[in-house]
Amino acid sequence: MNAVTEKTRGNSFSRRLFVKLSALTGALLLRKGKKSDDTASVLSGYLASGEEKIIRTGCPAHNCGGRCLLKVHVRDGIITRIETDDRPGDDVSDPRLRACIRGRSYRARQYHPDRLKYPLKRTGKRGEGKFERISWDEAYDIMHREISRVVRQYGNSALFIPYGTGSYTNLNGRWPAVRLLNLLGGSLGYYNSYSWACTNIATPYVYGTLNTGNQRQDWLNSRYIILWGWNPAEMIDGTNSAWFIKKAREKGARTVCIDPRMSMSAVALADEWIPIRPGTDAAMMSAMAWVIISEKLTDDDFIRRCCSGYDSTQMPKGCENEESYKDYILGTRDGIPKTPQWAEKITAVPAATITRIAREYATLKPAVLYQGYGMQRRAYGEQVVRAGAALSAITGNIGIPGGWASGLASQAGGEPFWTTFPMGDNPVKARIPVFLWTEAIIRGKEMGAAEGVRGADRLDNNIKLIWSVASNILVNQHSNINRTIKIIGDEKLVEFIAVQDNFLTPSAKYADLVLPACTQFETWGVEDGWKYGEEVFLTPQIVDPPYETKSDYRICADLAKRFGVWDEFTAGGKDEKAWAEWIINEYYRKTRFPEMPKFKELLESNAGVYVRPVSEPVVALAAFRKDPGKHPLSTPTGKIELFSKPLFDMKQPGEIPAVPKYITEWESPFGSEAEKYPLQAIGHHYMPRVHSTHDNNEMTMNAFPQKVYINETDAGKRNIRNGDMVRVWNDRGALVAKCKVTSKILPGVIDIPQGAWYNPGEDGTDFGGNINILTTERWTPLAKGNPQHTIMVQVEKYRKG
Amino acid sequence: MPQYAFHIDTSACSGCKACQAACRDKNNVGFDVKWRRVYEIEGGNWEQKDGVFTSLPFSYFISLSCNNCGNPVCVKACPTTAMHIGRNGITVIDSKLCIGCKYCEWACPYSAPQYDPTRKSMTKCDLCEDYVITGKKPACVDACPVRALDFGTYSEMSEKYGTENELHPLPDPVSYDPGMIIKPHRDAARAKNENAVVADKKEI
Repeated sequence: MNAVTEKTRGNSFSRRLFVKLSALTGALLLRKGKKSDDTASVLSGYLASGEEKIIRTGCPAHNCGGRCLLKVHVRDGIITRIETDDRPGDDVSDPRLRACIRGRSYRARQYHPDRLKYPLKRTGKRGEGKFERISWDEAYDIMHREISRVVRQYGNSALFIPYGTGSYTNLNGRWPAVRLLNLLGGSLGYYNSYSWACTNIATPYVYGTLNTGNQRQDWLNSRYIILWGWNPAEMIDGTNSAWFIKKAREKGARTVCIDPRMSMSAVALADEWIPIRPGTDAAMMSAMAWVIISEKLTDDDFIRRCCSGYDSTQMPKGCENEESYKDYILGTRDGIPKTPQWAEKITAVPAATITRIAREYATLKPAVLYQGYGMQRRAYGEQVVRAGAALSAITGNIGIPGGWASGLASQAGGEPFWTTFPMGDNPVKARIPVFLWTEAIIRGKEMGAAEGVRGADRLDNNIKLIWSVASNILVNQHSNINRTIKIIGDEKLVEFIAVQDNFLTPSAKYADLVLPACTQFETWGVEDGWKYGEEVFLTPQIVDPPYETKSDYRICADLAKRFGVWDEFTAGGKDEKAWAEWIINEYYRKTRFPEMPKFKELLESNAGVYVRPVSEPVVALAAFRKDPGKHPLSTPTGKIELFSKPLFDMKQPGEIPAVPKYITEWESPFGSEAEKYPLQAIGHHYMPRVHSTHDNNEMTMNAFPQKVYINETDAGKRNIRNGDMVRVWNDRGALVAKCKVTSKILPGVIDIPQGAWYNPGEDGTDFGGNINILTTERWTPLAKGNPQHTIMVQVEKYRKG
Repeated sequence: MPQYAFHIDTSACSGCKACQAACRDKNNVGFDVKWRRVYEIEGGNWEQKDGVFTSLPFSYFISLSCNNCGNPVCVKACPTTAMHIGRNGITVIDSKLCIGCKYCEWACPYSAPQYDPTRKSMTKCDLCEDYVITGKKPACVDACPVRALDFGTYSEMSEKYGTENELHPLPDPVSYDPGMIIKPHRDAARAKNENAVVADKKEI
């Protein structure tokens, strides 16, 4: 491979292509709204002529739940075609890692005319979106000056690098920036995520671990699978998860999907769809427990040996007289037996259906109750996680092949590393719950344990500088956009904002300085599976970064030079490729994958991926089940805690009960707020996007345009017809988008797929269809997590003016 | 020359459109045409009693490209012989002869031939002929994340999957002899009884 000559040729060609793109589209940078199909015509019109190379690599998955293999065709330094995994075999132990529409449509993102090309400096008001081109020299000067000033004036804890997954290999994204700031004295840290804040915190209260998932091949051993709010076909919760469910069905498993929407998974993976009112899953789960307990379908031996807090015979010390799990279910203390009739009124699921599902789940064993994550991004998301785990426990579906413990269900037998890039220690010890960063801007110094601050009693600073890398959290993905933009629009609060990304996203429009990063195809990286997976992908640089774009790592390394820490930052001069080599040879091979080929071998083989086949899937909690005395869990009792003393000790039984309970949400169809805002709105993870990534990709969005999904009953009442523009609003804001009138959603519920780019009109109405114009910044009680699906709204046909 | 055929497992298709994206990417198909279309079938009604819902809607997806019919009405409809059965037994368009009259588009009950204003010609799925002659399957087939698509000669496919080729609301296959074998979704019979429709024709 003649890398040097190819590089030169590639560069000139990619430049020429971009010039062509620019000529077609005029001044690109500051245009509002969406474009025509320029990208497509350029893609189809461009005929490369040179010799073709095919490079196998990992999909730039961003924060997708899947990790797939792409076969990228390159001619003249241009990506001309993207195929997917064609390895021979394709059996259950080592299936092909086939990419979805997002991976297959990547060229339209890669060669998008709106790609950021040069560093930009803000010229208008913050958020106005007016910028001028500057040199990298000036950009680095500004970064150096601002970081130094804020550190001098306030201290390192006033610096913040927010959550972001727009670039997400082991090497790209926010990690290099964190490493750099750690070398400069650190920055305010965070913990948890926007994806699964509640399950991440609640699961260990039950199991003492997050590794409650069997390897997925084990689903083929199940007789009954409940996809509860789980939509792996669309969200791609693990490459091949949908296919494994299909295989399990072929082996005879019965599958049921419980979801407010007839999701793609409900259509294709389930024998039956049971619509349920959002936010009431814990009520149905409690009623299922009532049936299972009343009809003596419990696994008493398992409960006796492995559980704690089930009934009065196994309450933890000091809580002997408190309400047990069984007390709550049977209504012994509160006088409300959690019967299917009780749940029917709450959930809108017929009592007979609840009873039937409970019986099926408790008798068709082994059974899987798989909880999706949407139900825990809600007001009391912690409860539903624990209520689901409790069902697994009382039926004894834990620690056996074909069973499933529920909870977060990170894979037993080795989970992904997520990131292996060494970020070093953060000298600033304080960490905030990730969702509370706007609080840390307006009142950081008041925040302490009550706001979930860890590592310090109290924050000693408000956030004064934000360096956002590969993140659209500043505006687009955080709750309550109108509130957020007021906060970050105030230059007296956050004094400096730098955004580093591929595009001028809604968040980047609020930057003082925009740094153009290259895509994953234009630099080196290493990926491993998301929650699951036995794969390690090497993602080589396939084409050159166009114009003045640079990799996240390169930007940080250049900055390190300004700060005089280049040697330390680069560990003696490592470039991106050298780090990829280090990650594979020094990390993966020395930890979880000692047998995997060395970097050089993997690269030269052009395999793109190393896979460790799974022929005997590991079962989570199997040793514990066998001998709980010898292999106790790391909960206080060593057992599965249906009653949690640590939660009891928090003394907030109304919102953090010691046993899992259904709690009416703070915004719900049952409160007075429903008079003004009668519809529940949820925002599911949409096929054409990974969060907000790909919202500007015409190829994915042409197939799945942004829409508000509304039931025909609700549409009829409002005189709304399919395809109409509708206005959706509540006290926090309003959006306008096209609607799809459908029978595939529960009446009383609308769906606004999350991740659309905020595109405000003059009065602040969002015309992008971004659900976060409606969501609340209030956090969940225990996890301090995001409750973005708990909102009530009203809808009307949109009339201009 | 053997007839080629697709197997379409509508019981497993999630409507994810990976097939369509793979087709676009491989064949550089612009947004004015869709060589592979994913139809969303929707039917059934809600019945509400005391806040509880009893009767439920149903839905399934049909992913369709060119069925390479044994009786290709598109070929018969073409006034210039541009649409013809090519060397490899695949119905293809000779764009030099095509005058863009759209007769083939009107004739085909599956909407396979489509006019591309950019290319100023009728265009259509050619089963990825360049792949097929080298033993590869069409791009769409090898794209399917749940392996709901398959491709081969008709005899290979019928041996593996049987010969079912009827599915509501596709046209009666008798007149066309499509190279298409279908595994019906669990709600296919219900869809036929209740005369379910394509959910959003504008989306196709």
